[in-house]
Amino acid sequence: MTISELSLSVRDLACERGGRLVFDGLSFSLKGGEALVLTGPNGAGKSSLLRQLAGLLDVAQGVVAFEGGDPELSLGEQAHYVGHLDALKPSMTVMETVSFWRTYLGSIPEGADTALEALGLAHLADLPAAYLSAGQRRRLSLARLIAVPRPIWLLDEPTVALDAASVGRLVGLMTSHLAQGGMIVAATHLDLGLGETRGLRLGAEAMA
Amino acid sequence: MTRAFFALLARDLRLAVRLGGGGGMAVFFFFVVITLLPFGIGPDRELLAKVAPGMLWVALLLAALLTLDRLFQADYEDGSLDLLTMGLLPLELIVVAKALGHWLTTGLPLVVAAPLLGLMLNLPGEAYPPLILAMLAGTPALSFLGAIGAALTVGVRRGGLLASLLVMPFYVPVLIFGVGAADAATGGFAGEAGRQSLLLLGAVALASLVLGPLGGAAALRANLR
Repeated sequence: MTISELSLSVRDLACERGGRLVFDGLSFSLKGGEALVLTGPNGAGKSSLLRQLAGLLDVAQGVVAFEGGDPELSLGEQAHYVGHLDALKPSMTVMETVSFWRTYLGSIPEGADTALEALGLAHLADLPAAYLSAGQRRRLSLARLIAVPRPIWLLDEPTVALDAASVGRLVGLMTSHLAQGGMIVAATHLDLGLGETRGLRLGAEAMA
Repeated sequence: MTRAFFALLARDLRLAVRLGGGGGMAVFFFFVVITLLPFGIGPDRELLAKVAPGMLWVALLLAALLTLDRLFQADYEDGSLDLLTMGLLPLELIVVAKALGHWLTTGLPLVVAAPLLGLMLNLPGEAYPPLILAMLAGTPALSFLGAIGAALTVGVRRGGLLASLLVMPFYVPVLIFGVGAADAATGGFAGEAGRQSLLLLGAVALASLVLGPLGGAAALRANLR
């Protein structure tokens, strides 16, 4: 990953779901090596914002600009999105799952082992995903982050179902991603202890 | 991009083989319908031979429809489809890979099973080559046209019925020309009408190879956002 100087800027973003305005007038900017932590009550639009950034949800209004990446690719094609659904096929083994995403998203057919080791899944490589526990399933979907290098990580509640050791492992991976100049936007209720992060609170006025 | 395409195709084939759902179920359904038919019509061999091409095609169509609804829905429900769209593969090619996978695991086994089931209906010997040729040309059209219906109903619970209704009108030309090519009354493809049917069936299939991915991708785009 050669990231010179990434910058993501969002101006006056609005999101509409089912005819209801979830948020509007949202602006922030983020540079390579920085993490943005989204907080806010349920339904404030944390997931919607992440999906908008990933290109999975239409932008009702406003501008999302990403600079410093590959100009040929859209923001979504340079980002990882880890959402609530883990996108696992019960009949595919752990190794097959990671290899598939590595080939599909990154066109790199070999070397999925390092991703499994990074998430502590190496000993489960030949087990079908159907037999994994909730925490192991989550770790397997997080393994995509390591299997395919992409500059932006969009994480929606990445720590759900993870035990303390796995949270620590994830924080370690996030820290090294930031150290390499990557960018993270994460929605979480947990204080990850990432060190210096920027916070964005959504839906604060709706609560007041 | 080629690598991503084949990775997706290989994944779909692997899933279909392991789950044993799609293709196996369609062939079994095909077998059940054709087995029951002589019991319903009666053991009149002349009559069975006459209706055989039409019945084989109708049963094949229904069997293909039966497996359509899971084409995109499984990936939609577990979040895979979101991630697939974040790859470098255009949505149109994603639809091609999935429709091709559907054909290889459903359409092709049905074509292989058809001659065996033809025996049970006393299908005349000279009708086999044109029937199989017509089915080889027509079944890809079923998968690719079906992809549009499956994409339109991807977010609908139990969308299979709705997909079948949407797709049915597009299947009618395949049925008409497919039967026309194999029908003994038209002389099979030895006859002028039979040959024309086969050519028209080929045209429908080629058109569907273009329209299916375009329409399917547009429908998925509308559904995903």
